[in-house]
Amino acid sequence: MNELYLDANATEPLRPEARAAVLAALEAGGNPSSVHGAGRAARRLLEGAREDLAARFGARPQDVIFTGGGTEANALAVRGLGQGRRVLLGATEHAAVLAAAPRDTGGAETIPVRPDGTADLAALEALLASGGPALVCLMAANNETGVLHPIPEVAALCARHGALLHVDAVQAAGRVAMDRAADSLALSGHKLGGPPGAGALLLRPGLHLPALIAGGGQERGRRGGTEPLPAIAGMAAAATAAVPEAAGRLAVLRDRIAAGLRALAPEAVIAGEAAPRLPNTLSIVLPGVPAETQVIALDLMGLRVSAGAACSSGKVARSHVLAAMGFGEAAGCGIRVSLPWNAAEDAPERFLEAWAAMRARLSRRAA
Amino acid sequence: MHPDRPVYLDNHATTPLDPRVLAAMRPWWEENFANPHSVEHAMGREAEAAVEAARAEIAGLIGAEAREIVLTSGATEANNLAIKGAARFAAAQGSERRRIVTLATEHKCVLESVRDLAAEGFEPVLLPVGPGGLLDLDLLRDTVDKRVLLVSVMAVNNEIGVVQDLEVVGAIAKAAGALFHTDAAQGCGRIALDVAEIQADLLSISGHKIYGPKGIGALYVRRRPRVRLAPLFSGGGQERGFRSGTLPAPLVVGLGEAARIAAGEGLLDAGRIAGQRDRFLAALEAEVPGLRLNGDPERRVAGNLNLTFPGELDAQGLMAEAPEVCVSTGSACSSAAVEPSYVLRALGMPEAEARATLRIGIGRFTSPADVDRAAAALAAAWRRVAAARPARTGTE
Repeated sequence: MNELYLDANATEPLRPEARAAVLAALEAGGNPSSVHGAGRAARRLLEGAREDLAARFGARPQDVIFTGGGTEANALAVRGLGQGRRVLLGATEHAAVLAAAPRDTGGAETIPVRPDGTADLAALEALLASGGPALVCLMAANNETGVLHPIPEVAALCARHGALLHVDAVQAAGRVAMDRAADSLALSGHKLGGPPGAGALLLRPGLHLPALIAGGGQERGRRGGTEPLPAIAGMAAAATAAVPEAAGRLAVLRDRIAAGLRALAPEAVIAGEAAPRLPNTLSIVLPGVPAETQVIALDLMGLRVSAGAACSSGKVARSHVLAAMGFGEAAGCGIRVSLPWNAAEDAPERFLEAWAAMRARLSRRAA
Repeated sequence: MHPDRPVYLDNHATTPLDPRVLAAMRPWWEENFANPHSVEHAMGREAEAAVEAARAEIAGLIGAEAREIVLTSGATEANNLAIKGAARFAAAQGSERRRIVTLATEHKCVLESVRDLAAEGFEPVLLPVGPGGLLDLDLLRDTVDKRVLLVSVMAVNNEIGVVQDLEVVGAIAKAAGALFHTDAAQGCGRIALDVAEIQADLLSISGHKIYGPKGIGALYVRRRPRVRLAPLFSGGGQERGFRSGTLPAPLVVGLGEAARIAAGEGLLDAGRIAGQRDRFLAALEAEVPGLRLNGDPERRVAGNLNLTFPGELDAQGLMAEAPEVCVSTGSACSSAAVEPSYVLRALGMPEAEARATLRIGIGRFTSPADVDRAAAALAAAWRRVAAARPARTGTE
């Protein structure tokens, strides 16, 4: 069986540049907080990674907080910046952001999305005008559909209403050009093609927030614990290597899959197709066939795709993302195809062949 | 160790990666990189199986069940989760208990977690330690009553290496109906620790202190009777909701392998390490008259020496004079700070003596040649620093 990995939004394969950085950091050893030679060497690697990541995303090195991953980075921002503010969350945000909203401040309000998956800006403006100072959380790119929110416009609205803007850029970073309009930006190492185990929160200069994990004063007191140097060095190397120009190649492959689907199955819908999207992501809804069934059938043919976010084990439910876009019953019938940075040129054709076989078998059974 | 490389005697700050751990981790970066939560496909399920096998090894090291292990980014997060999580959950359930009892010599992240809780209406009780660094168990017994929610006492101190009597601490906590947490970052794999024997409800483990990778740790959370915690942050609901976020499969596998090795070799390591320690101390004492060992001489972890040099010199200057040796003046987190160690101050040590103190951490990969080189280098450095000081006794 020929394996085809199309689940990059769950995790990207490790990039060679990241692999080299991980191995070099492992070789260096040392605790970056130690003052002796080994510690200073580790500190140099850590600060080099911080500078590289800051430069890559237009931040200052001192405004980069390394975390254990994207979930923690999002939680740190939402908890820290949301204190004393109303929290407005996009309807299609990742669970890391949805669950991070403080429950003790009256709960969060939802920013609806339009049928194409993009934030409803008129609704956002009405929400911002209706109450006190807010923290707005909107992801740069959705993990299931790849739909991009209009962050510059959102940022302008936020600025006009004195709101802070937190952007979960976990899926967008490295794949599309990033606008530095947000007050905070969450990144995940392994979604950039680095190793799992590190993430970062980038803050606008002058913004402060309290630590979620208290400790020995690392990260300027904003995140305790010995920094995981190999994972951080790998993340920085991956971020430098992950350039949107290279990801453009994936859009061609994605569009070949979309064209093939249209020819094969008129009933299949690509969620958010009309909106600006990530070059690598395709959310395919096959009404009447549960997503889980589709994914199991494709897995047996060697195709590694997913029914949505890869989070708590075995939880395949109706997608809240597709539901927010108005898919109704069909929100339980979408699969996510996400091309990795190193996707083979023949990936679309291999995918389409297996998908056609899956559809023929399952649609017959469903009928 | 390579002759041109400095001798690494700072194994409390971090330990070198065991080559077997690196070998175990590499396939999970290089071959199957899948997200272990992607259980919908075969690659994800393989990664999940590797994570679960590692979890069983970690549990085995402390006599726990695999499902009692919550994986975190490290011991700092595990300590935060244990202390804040237990307190916040109990408070949300309407518990009347508000006191958190801990030691003045705990790791910074424990003290800061307790301080954070003070701002939330809990009452921290910081117990002093004796001159040897050990907790007065009678004092603990008098302190822990039905107002106490949690007792947090570290297994092994990160600066002076003393081993607290956790069996008694656990019994005292349990008798009062309080939860018992122990920060075992420095103890796990170095001394025998069994969660049943010490009656721990919560126990924190660090990967990079047991020759595993940085960026991974674990919290043991007792299931019978069940200990409940509020998570520090939420998200995808991984780790049964205790700790959300993608598990870093290679790092988890690394911690599992490190735990497997520690379970099999930890006590052998301790015997060999104690031999190097004695050799190092004898060599240094012969060259530095008046050298003093801090911390209880009996109840201590094999690899630790906390040494005050005579002559009221500055330990930072001593380290600068011996660049071929990697040692420290205390905890790595705060070792760049100018203040002397709060741990040493808690022993009642005058500030000038605390400033003249070095922490030595001998580890699995320290050879007899390493300790010989290190002792000679530190002795020579001490002579140079002592000679350069303005004489107090008027002999120059």
